[in-house]
Amino acid sequence: MSSLKQTPLFPVYKEHGAKTIDFGGWDLPVQFSSIMEEHHAVRGKAGLFDVSHMGEVEVKGPDALAFVQRISTNDASKLVPYKAQYGIMCYPDGGTVDDLLVYKYADDHYLLVINASNIEKDVKWMEEHLSGDVTLKNISEDVAELAIQGPLSASILQKLTETDLSQIKYFHFMPNVNLDGINALVSRSGYTGEDGFELYVKPEDGPSLWKKIIETGGDDVVPCGLGARDTLRFEARMPLYGQEISQSISPVEAGLTFAIKLDKGDFIGRDALKEQKEHGAPRKLVGLEMVGRGIARSHYPVYVGEEKIGEVTTGTQSPTLKKNIALALVTTEFGNLGQEVDVEIRNKRVKAKVVATPFYKREKK
Amino acid sequence: MSNVLPNLKYSKEHEWIEVIGDNKVRIGITDYAQHSLGDIVFVELPGVGDLAEADESMGTVESVKAVSDVYSPVSGEVLEVNEALEDDPEIVNNDPYGEGWMAIIALSDPSQLDGLLTAEQYEALIQEEE
Repeated sequence: MSSLKQTPLFPVYKEHGAKTIDFGGWDLPVQFSSIMEEHHAVRGKAGLFDVSHMGEVEVKGPDALAFVQRISTNDASKLVPYKAQYGIMCYPDGGTVDDLLVYKYADDHYLLVINASNIEKDVKWMEEHLSGDVTLKNISEDVAELAIQGPLSASILQKLTETDLSQIKYFHFMPNVNLDGINALVSRSGYTGEDGFELYVKPEDGPSLWKKIIETGGDDVVPCGLGARDTLRFEARMPLYGQEISQSISPVEAGLTFAIKLDKGDFIGRDALKEQKEHGAPRKLVGLEMVGRGIARSHYPVYVGEEKIGEVTTGTQSPTLKKNIALALVTTEFGNLGQEVDVEIRNKRVKAKVVATPFYKREKK
Repeated sequence: MSNVLPNLKYSKEHEWIEVIGDNKVRIGITDYAQHSLGDIVFVELPGVGDLAEADESMGTVESVKAVSDVYSPVSGEVLEVNEALEDDPEIVNNDPYGEGWMAIIALSDPSQLDGLLTAEQYEALIQEEE
């Protein structure tokens, strides 16, 4: 058995007594207090996450934009400096290599943030598709990342800095922000459906930034683990690689068409995605709400009558809505709102119906 | 540190067994089990009259994150189930040894009780797992 990787924050969450699990080869906290409490803290006040396991790749050189345009489905030419963009890397057949965040510093300088479990695969993929005058640098080991998420995030973080954080709009970022003596890239973004920030710092600064935020936030900020991160992103219908998107699930099927720009010029997977977008993909990601008693979980089969029409990608009891809900990838013709289906839960068919997503959307002020 | 009550018997699968009369036992999951699962949001119990088989699943408890089987530590007919858990599953978290009980079973083979763990043995088991 290979030993699990640890982030620079590992000693800190051990101090909190957090329960850790193997998450794609990383020893990460699933919860600090309880998934439910942590979830409600993020919806109601603020939660702090260690997401240092995420991967970061620096792209530099005169052909940096052309490279990003080739691997990402979104249109990076629309980015101005210090703006971020969500995109997807696809295989030529439209399957998903990974989803990513693209940060633009300048026309010749981008930062890509990718999923922890995919770092090796993604970097290899990027290297295989390098062309022109571009250099790639996997700086994942040189970066710690914390996420503070929830309606009180901005007011808590503001106490640590003289930089006016209200200048940083949603999906924008600012490098070299002084957070009580710690140099950070501050990005207004996240994976919870709430307002919040993702903070990129040097590994050695991770633990002290964590402590500063916890001390400053007091009762308003709660340390959170992967369990709450998953229920939060699920309610907001944000995809998780390996569940809603994967090598065999295209971003069109996963309903991520907002991040696919077919008219931006050629990119890897464009023909397949164009075909799916124009003529319909065979499958569609839908929301399900259980009508009968039971909780749908990943990989549970979904039926209409005797026909298996797909399977659940993520399911749980929504802590915010207190309803048993799921995301499921189903044959497109059965994906309409109100469609009645059965989810097979431990050899029993339990009734459910197709409902609108996202399950949760925060009220914009 | 998880609570282990001295007067109960235990299974390796983290159930507790209380002998409540002639060949009758009450069953639930231990404090250690509810704590490991976290917030319990769903409980599925056997039907009254079902025949439970020792070491086989007689129901499930689900937390936000995971599904766990509840293994019957003994064989016999299910006499009563705690229906309150269907509407308020969090009772299992709050009072695992009391209001959070799951089923009462009439033992078909009382000698099965001898194979269960004592409180001391169970305590040693969870210390190993912790």
